[in-house]
Amino acid sequence: MEILGHLLDGLAQASQPINLLLIVVGVTLGLFIGMMPGLGSVNGVAILLPITFLVPPASAIIFLAAIYYGAMYGGAISSITLGIPGASTAVATTFDGRPLALKGRASLALVTAAIASFAGGTVSIVLFTMFAPPLASVALSFGPPEIFALMLLAFATFVGLGGDDIPKTVLSICLGLVLAAVGFDEISGEPRLVFFDISGFLHGINFLVLAIGIYGIGEMLWTIDTTRGKVTTTEAKMTIKGVLADTRECLTNGWKGMTIGSLLGFFVGILPAAGATPGSLMAYGVAKLTSRDPNSFGKGNVDGVSAPESANNSASTGSMLPMLTLGIPGSPTTAILLGGMVIWGLTPGPRLFGDEPEFVWGLIGSFYLSNFFALIINLSFIPLFIWMLRMPFAILAAMIFVLSIVGGYAATTDMHDVWLMLLFGLGGFFLRKFEYPVAPAVLAIVLGPIAEPTLRQSLLLSSGDLSIFVTRPIAGPITIIAIVLILLPLFKLIRSRYRG
Amino acid sequence: MRLGEFVTAAVLAAFSMYLMWKSTELEIGYIRGEGPGGGAWPFWLSAIMLICTALIAFNAGRRTSPPSRSTEPVLDAEGRKMLVQVFGGIVVFVALVSVISMYGAMMVFLFYYLWFLGRHGFYLSLSISILTPVVFFFFFEALMRVTLPKGMRFTEPFFKMLNTIIY
Repeated sequence: MEILGHLLDGLAQASQPINLLLIVVGVTLGLFIGMMPGLGSVNGVAILLPITFLVPPASAIIFLAAIYYGAMYGGAISSITLGIPGASTAVATTFDGRPLALKGRASLALVTAAIASFAGGTVSIVLFTMFAPPLASVALSFGPPEIFALMLLAFATFVGLGGDDIPKTVLSICLGLVLAAVGFDEISGEPRLVFFDISGFLHGINFLVLAIGIYGIGEMLWTIDTTRGKVTTTEAKMTIKGVLADTRECLTNGWKGMTIGSLLGFFVGILPAAGATPGSLMAYGVAKLTSRDPNSFGKGNVDGVSAPESANNSASTGSMLPMLTLGIPGSPTTAILLGGMVIWGLTPGPRLFGDEPEFVWGLIGSFYLSNFFALIINLSFIPLFIWMLRMPFAILAAMIFVLSIVGGYAATTDMHDVWLMLLFGLGGFFLRKFEYPVAPAVLAIVLGPIAEPTLRQSLLLSSGDLSIFVTRPIAGPITIIAIVLILLPLFKLIRSRYRG
Repeated sequence: MRLGEFVTAAVLAAFSMYLMWKSTELEIGYIRGEGPGGGAWPFWLSAIMLICTALIAFNAGRRTSPPSRSTEPVLDAEGRKMLVQVFGGIVVFVALVSVISMYGAMMVFLFYYLWFLGRHGFYLSLSISILTPVVFFFFFEALMRVTLPKGMRFTEPFFKMLNTIIY
């Protein structure tokens, strides 16, 4: 009852006119920032942080959290309509969202993204409200072996259930992981894999450079080649009746993805150093793993949109938990929010709930309102996004190329990366021709910077003994499931030979 | 396509070997007290890549992969023309960024793509080509405070004029 009382106080505070206005402006700004390839919630929050010094801290964090929420919704829009992930958190949405749009079901994909985001946001806020302090301590019990085991599970789902050529899938994963290792070795501090001593490789390869290269440029080249440029733009239509039908279809076919994404996303979100991107990718993997028809993933499965979209919203709320309760940011955006809180004179940590109840519960109240407004604003902008898809193909293609180049540059502000992106685009085009799955490479370049350090730290802990991944109570079962998944294609092969 | 499958596997095998060699610049073994060396992770991943390329070539030899069973060419004459016109256009776009700025290069590319490749009307192509960079300029420079390349010095007066609107 005490929590309910605090929550009502928080909702009353978040409903004050100034805070409501900040929520609506923040969500709308976030939506458009998240849509733009190369810009994500981290850019929006960082750029608008100084503006928040004009309002009280409670209103300031409400504004920034609204931008964060809006950006989580916005990232999906360019993934679905243009096939370019608007942000890293929306990479997994591209896998099934884009195929749905190409089938003329963009409205279903966008409605699913909006509803799944709302579901993920709502579930995570409820979990946040009820279990904030105990969950923070559970998250802290996840050490490097447990986190590496989770990463292994994410890769294993692609190998075991990809439905693609296994050697090509494994090669794609390894390629992504190696590309993620370019730059500096984080532990020794020495330069690593600096190809032909080109200094541009010293800062590593940003995942967006690979993702935009493959999905923006490579995919468009492939579409133009296979259709000879005579693409009939998707006959996406938007009517109220259609939205209602899409909502029904989303709830019927996407509920499982939403449930997985909301719960898994929240838990991955609260893990320090994880956040919304691994959360959405893992939710996609688990949705595929538990699906009755895993082969339909990557071809326009509704669960393939609902799982990552609910997960990234759920994880974004989850990542606030270690920030508020322990002072540990779960993502780059929450790191900036943490900086803001320190500047505003607040001390994040276990005592924050007791010392600053007005601030904390006002923020939690604003989560509920932001989530609600984000759904309304997102749904009302869907006709505009659908209209983008109905543009003549030459205009759409030209815009995608322009957005890809600008997005590739904005991600790192280095022309070296733009040239690299063109190379990845051309490489992605040819790999697609020879049916190499490219999604695992994108997944790997995102998870690589988490997987490598956790593997090395684990092996350091165990003095090089690999059994650390199977003997620990949490890491062990996860690793065993991952190994079974990796060996699954082999079992299938042996069984088919035996039957044959 | 079958020959292409072999060539792609060979190129990826060569790249894997290059990565393995490049990884050995750092320690690839286990260092007591420090854990695996900095080169170990990319070295062993590249080694797995190399094994995969051998399996891909083996499957192509047995004609078990769909591309190795296809009799279609990788790129026919029209496909090659498309690649030169579209990808060539993008390469020129990126090359022009350091000369006439991101916005100028965007304008040239959009006009080339819409008018020459897309066969859209002259005025429609021209208006989209001019309006898009203007919208991008105000969104990135004014709203997001992200500076895109301005090219060589001769573009300065033009951007100064636009900046007076922002500041």
